[in-house]
Amino acid sequence: MSLLQLDHISRRFGAIKALTDISIDVAQGELRAIIGPNGAGKTTLFNLISGFFPPSEGKIIFDGSEITAVSPAILVKRGIIRTFQITEIFLDLTVYENLRVAAETAMGLNLVPFMSRARRQAIESKVDELLDLVKIGGKADRIAGELSHGDQRVVEVGIALSRQPKLLLLDEPTAGMGDEETHHMTGLIRSLNKDQKITILFIEHDMNIVFGVADRITVLDNGTMLAEGNAAEIAANPRVQAAYLGQEA
Amino acid sequence: MSDISSIAPRDASATKPTRAMPTSRTGLIILAVMLITLPFWISYVGGYTDLASRVLIYALAGMGLNLLLGFTGGLSFGHAAYFGLGSYGVGLMLKYETHSTLLALLVGTIVGGLAATLLGPIAVRRRGIYFSMITIAIGQMFFFIAVRWNALTGGEDGLAGFSRQPIAGIPLGSNNLYYLILIFFGLGAAVLWTILNAPLGHTFVAIRENRKRLTFLGINVDRYIAISFSISGFIVALAGGLNALLDNFTSPDNLKYTLSGNLLIIAVLGGMRNFWGPLAGALVFILVQDYVSNITRNWMTVIGLIFIVSVMYFPKGILGFFGRRSRS
Ligand SMILES: Nc1ncnc2c1ncn2[C@@H]1O[C@H](COP(=O)(O)OP(=O)(O)OP(=O)(O)O)[C@@H](O)[C@H]1O
Ligand SMILES: [Mg+2]
Repeated sequence: MSLLQLDHISRRFGAIKALTDISIDVAQGELRAIIGPNGAGKTTLFNLISGFFPPSEGKIIFDGSEITAVSPAILVKRGIIRTFQITEIFLDLTVYENLRVAAETAMGLNLVPFMSRARRQAIESKVDELLDLVKIGGKADRIAGELSHGDQRVVEVGIALSRQPKLLLLDEPTAGMGDEETHHMTGLIRSLNKDQKITILFIEHDMNIVFGVADRITVLDNGTMLAEGNAAEIAANPRVQAAYLGQEA
Repeated sequence: MSDISSIAPRDASATKPTRAMPTSRTGLIILAVMLITLPFWISYVGGYTDLASRVLIYALAGMGLNLLLGFTGGLSFGHAAYFGLGSYGVGLMLKYETHSTLLALLVGTIVGGLAATLLGPIAVRRRGIYFSMITIAIGQMFFFIAVRWNALTGGEDGLAGFSRQPIAGIPLGSNNLYYLILIFFGLGAAVLWTILNAPLGHTFVAIRENRKRLTFLGINVDRYIAISFSISGFIVALAGGLNALLDNFTSPDNLKYTLSGNLLIIAVLGGMRNFWGPLAGALVFILVQDYVSNITRNWMTVIGLIFIVSVMYFPKGILGFFGRRSRS
């Protein structure tokens, strides 16, 4: 069953064609990598799916209903959550406080002006759950802005998970990470997909990660769709090798 | 450094290392004892009770403004409007309508707070400098109304001819008035503290930190800034109302942009990320105003110098400097 369908999507910025006639089908429970050279249109694709801006042409269907040009706030409530290429977290707050406000938001408590004991406990247990899920409990009281880049990415994923996404969009989750951090993040992505059953789309430049983690891979180049398939198919595809893999090496 | 954390203690039973709350609780008790006993010792340190009342009023206004400024990240240059509306509300009520000081205060607070509630959403629709510009424009609007509507407001000369009335038969001399102001200062502080420790306050701080992240969690950020604006307006209006009681007088100066600027200075000077920052800011501001204005009319120059030095060397304000905590 497909969770997300992009139906002949295009997006222009003035004269720039960021995406041209893209059709993608993402199955429920899939772990899909989006790859492509710089400027290929990967982030633009996420912006369209998450409602940051609408497509110039085409339709987006999510979970059985059309979501073309639906606002981010509504899409979030329907279960589409994203992270950003440049980490977007609450830098001056502790890790705990980052996840707390995310949890409160997910619980719909933002308007509550008074914290009762029962409510505090409910929030705390949700935050502890999130801390465990992304395995950053040991750094709960650290200021997020003082953490390593990798840990900040993990916090952002934790924030995203607070909303119990059906579809999680991760824009270059491992960019700029060291080996150990990358290992932690890919492990996390895999377990969110396999254990939490979250359908995940992630943009990634590192081929080892892409081939090692993803169920399927979509290759974009210059706003068009170059190929789609599993790791073996993509690795063997001559057009991909020419346009993308060759460049990377 | 996370300043919201300093006012947001977590349950001590939590497993994570908890923050040094005992010190701040001790600090709070010391502060309370000092404020409650103040009329008995203030003259020995060269002050007088009305001066302390003024400090509390400006501290309350600064803390109200700071909910928006320091904790929500909205720079309003127009909060004098709500201070002034509170003061005119009290003045007009006492002059024409009622002998009840508390009723007058209630009406003044509601008038100022409602104005902020209605006008906040207009300003909130713009970002950054435009937000600030609109707040100034709205503020000045009330200033000109007060100046022009001579018959009601007394125009440029200000509104006189009213005086605070005894409450339950208790006359409001300097000391009693001080305690009345202290009670409302405490109430205002408690309201702000409660909000900042609840999801609503956490949401405000998150807006200050990263609007985009919050938007993509499904929050209508503008709406929450408007709520912060409104609450902040109510608190500032309450302070303005108390100020009218202290002076038995109000004037367009209480609506003017210079007052808006002074309230900002008070918040920034004391440390706008710190809950009690505006109290420290108001203390410095009012003391300088009182003592230096006896020596020279250019007391604002002194404030300006203190402000520049503090922003350059203690960007986190007076309390931010003393309250520097090391973190694990
Ligand atoms: N908001 C925008 N306004 C104008 N042009 C844009 C906008 N967003 C993207 N573009 C353009 O669209 C093209 C695709 O950009 P996009 O950010 O989607 O690429 P990407 O595949 O994510 O690249 P990278 O790997 O560098 O992140 C680029 O030419 C970019 O300049
Ligand atoms: Mg990108």
